[in-house]
Formats: sequence, structure tokens, C-alpha cells
Amino acid sequence: MASLDARSLREVIAAIEAPRSFLSPQGAVRFTDLAGGTSFGGRLGELAGKAVLLAAESQIASALALIELEAVVRRIVILPPDANPAHLPAIISAAGVEAVVVDDATPAHAALAALARVRCQPAIEPMAALMPRTRTEWVLLTSGTTGVPKMVIHDLETLTTALQAPSPADGADVWGTFYDIRRYGGLQIYLRAVLGGASLVLSSPGESVADHFARLAAAGVTHLSGTPSQWRRALMMAPETGMIAPRYVRLSGEIADQAVLDALRAAFPHAAIGHAYASTEAGVAFDVNDGIAGFPSDYIGTVRNGVGLKILDGTLRIRSPGVAKGYVDGEPLVDAAGFVDTGDILERKGERFYFAGRRGGIINVGGLKVHPEEVEAVINRHPRVRMSLVRGRQNPVTGSIVVADVVLKGEDPFADKSPQQIALKDDILKFCRDTLPRHKVPAAISFVPALNVAATGKLVRR
Amino acid sequence: MSIKLTIIEQMEEVAREQGKILAPLKDDLALADCGLDSLGFAVLVARLEDRLGIDPFSASEEAVFPVTLGDFVKVYEHGQP
Repeated sequence: MASLDARSLREVIAAIEAPRSFLSPQGAVRFTDLAGGTSFGGRLGELAGKAVLLAAESQIASALALIELEAVVRRIVILPPDANPAHLPAIISAAGVEAVVVDDATPAHAALAALARVRCQPAIEPMAALMPRTRTEWVLLTSGTTGVPKMVIHDLETLTTALQAPSPADGADVWGTFYDIRRYGGLQIYLRAVLGGASLVLSSPGESVADHFARLAAAGVTHLSGTPSQWRRALMMAPETGMIAPRYVRLSGEIADQAVLDALRAAFPHAAIGHAYASTEAGVAFDVNDGIAGFPSDYIGTVRNGVGLKILDGTLRIRSPGVAKGYVDGEPLVDAAGFVDTGDILERKGERFYFAGRRGGIINVGGLKVHPEEVEAVINRHPRVRMSLVRGRQNPVTGSIVVADVVLKGEDPFADKSPQQIALKDDILKFCRDTLPRHKVPAAISFVPALNVAATGKLVRR
Repeated sequence: MSIKLTIIEQMEEVAREQGKILAPLKDDLALADCGLDSLGFAVLVARLEDRLGIDPFSASEEAVFPVTLGDFVKVYEHGQP
């Protein structure tokens, strides 16, 4: 893996000799064209030194914009694809955003109207002089308890720390990922491709698994990454997995169980299979390459590749050069000793540690975090609801899925599974669908007579 | 109601809720092409667990990965307690 050596991303891609591209259903852009060109139609200079919101709708425009903005703007705030437009004013204000990068498909949000607006498109034009160099902050959004996203500050050094250690993930010619590159896991693959001199096949919302695999096959994908949920979906839904023959298969973003690792081993007998532990705040902590779920017990208490791991109060703590610089709002991200509390509970069985859920009941739905409190707040606004408890239920597709236990005001007057009871459940779910992103909407609601409340007045979450 | 009818009814329900359009639900339809995405399938499996009392995928020791709708229905028929 090439190290940065203080080079900008534009300089990195300019130095790649092999013919490499970003590939998407909207078209391909060659690194050589982008190295000396621009996707901003001559307006990149207007963004120099500014805090910029990257709000392009397509991944290909985002992929190009990141290369060009790095070392030119002061701060890139990367808007994830499912960001709630209602949070835009808070994001823009807290991050001091001065300008927005859009593409043709970016919706006309009112919150963006007051910002300087520059368009990025996957059509490269020649560009004259290089901009003066600036140190760029990369701000990633992650979900917070109240629903308003938390903004996590990285820079190119923290984001690429994990890429410096030798790994079976090295040596790619063509990377593919099911992730969106605007989230931490996808951004890691984007940077692995760019720094490793590989092409990158971008995913596209609404594209069928079969079409995605056809594109991966046509590009000759050698390295492919996704969450366990995305891999389960690919294995469950796509006989087309036989079309590709990757040398390396990577899982991250959720806990990889033995079933999905074994299924990948069977589907790709010649590939190295690795699962990684990472979070937006803590960065990439470790890779496990022995094909077994969990991780070896000697990872704890030793420093490997600059990453220190320990267990405190039952949860995994990480200290590493890949840890984020902080939150935009200044809230502390590490403890006094410099460790991030991941909130992931560990259990030791023999010489191996396994993940045993999350403290605080955070639910991981296919790699996306759900805070139960946020969903409960929505359900509790329904006029018939007294209180609710939202929890995760094990699910073979997304690992977990959101379900809710609901206490109604007064007695539940309906017989179990009666049309009236189903209608009320539907009404509560519709209430959720109107305000929450899809992955946060409960898959099922149960009416229960009561919920346990502890002496502290808080719901008992077991 | 038969297991197959329950599955089809729930697929239609999930598709309606999530604003997806289902392909005609024939036995040889590839699940990949049916119109539900992974979250849709996750919700479907959770709903079927409530209706049928089983989650044959999590119950199985081995990973089961059906490819067609017919295979998917069979997993539930064979997984019946």
C-alpha cells in the first residue's frame, strides 16, 4: 500500500501508472483524466479554504469531488445518502459550512439555498494551475441518540492509518464495495483503492444485485467489501456470485458470524476472507484473517500496528492513530487515557473474544446504528400509546432488526390479531414511516400490558 | 392459510409499506429480482417469524441461502416445527 508522504490525493492518482478508473452505472472516469482535470467546470477555486458540504447525490460525483477538494478546502462535510433534510440547518450551522457541492440530482433543499453552490459532474475538463495547499478536515456523519447526526472530524492521516499495515487487502487491481463511500466503511475502501492504485466499482441505489454483480464481473473485481448483511443478501439473492472470482473478500461494519464466513468460504474457495472491526469514531481497529468469527484473545492488551485494545467495564476500548480528531461540537470522543469506548460488549470463550451486543441497546441493522430512544420517542407521540420499548431482534439478513413492545393507554381492547388490533399497529407503524428512515421503522409491534421500569425511572433494557 | 400464501401475502404487505413494486410471484422467480431489497427481506423474515412461529434461517445450524421464491417457500415448509 502506497503511503501518502504528505501528497494530496490528486498527486496520488497522478502517480498511478496502471490504467485505473472510478466505475459507476452513470459512467466511468479515468484517474489519468482526473489527475490533470476537473469535475467542477473551472469553479474549484471558489471553494479554496472554505468549509464545504458535499451534497452530490451520486457516488461517482462524490468520488471525484473528494479527490479535488482534498488539500484545497478547509473542511469537507460528507453528507451520507440517507441524511434527513430536516437536519441540514443544524449540520450547516454546527460545521460552519460556507458552500455546498451538488450534482444535477441534488434536491433543492431550502437549507442549501443560502450557501454558495458549486456543481460537480462526472465530465472532466482540463484544469490549469494547481491550488495552494491546505490541510483538509474530513467530517463524517454518524447517528446520534436524538436522531440528529453526530459529526466526527478526521483528516487524511487518521483515515489512512489502517492502510499502512501489510494486509491481504493489499495488491488490488479492482476494488468493489456494497457500501456507499460517504460512510466510514465505504470511505475506507475508496481510500484503499486510490492509495493502492486500484480501480473502484461504485454501488448504486436501486440497482439489482444481479446488475451490480454483472458490473463487478465486467470490471474484473479482485477485492470486494461489504457488511455481513450485504454479503448475506448477495449470497441469498444472487446466483451471480459465481460470475466473480475475487482474490480477497472483506466484511466490516457489523459482527461477522461463523455462518456468513463459512458461506463466503464456500462461495469463494480461492479468496482470502477477512473481517474487520471499525467505527467512525475509533477508525479501523483490527482485521481478522483466519476465517473464524470473533478475534484472538491476544489482541487485547497488546499494541498491534499502533492500535491498542483493552476491555473496561465489559466493553472494547480503542486507542490508535486512526481515532478521529474529535466531534464538531467539541464533546469528548476519547477518555483521559486516549481510548474510545466503542460500547461493544465482549465475551471471552477460550482463546477467542466474541461480540455480545451493545451497551445501551444500540441496534445494528445491516451496518446502520439505531438508537432505541429515537424510535421510542416517535412511537410515544402516537395518541393511543402510553410507552414503548424498542429493541433488536436477531435477523438472518441484516443481523438485527428493530421491533417494539408497546403499552397502550387504557387496556388493549382488541382481540389478538383482530382486524382492529392490526389496524392500530398499522397506524403506529405508519406514524414511524412518516418520520423515520426505513431501517429505524419497527418490523413488528407487540402490545404488552406493562414494561419494567427501574428505580432510576428508566426503562429496563435487560 | 398455507405457508406459501402467508409468505406471498407478507411479501405484498412489505412491498406496499416500503413503496416497492413486486415482480409476478412465480416459483422460479429469483429473489434478487423480486423487488424487495435486503431491508425488505429482513422485515419479511421478522413478520413471518411472528405469523408462522419460525425463523428457519436463524434456527438452522448451517447457512441457508435460497435463490428462488420456490426455494424460499420450501425453507419455511421444511422448517416447520
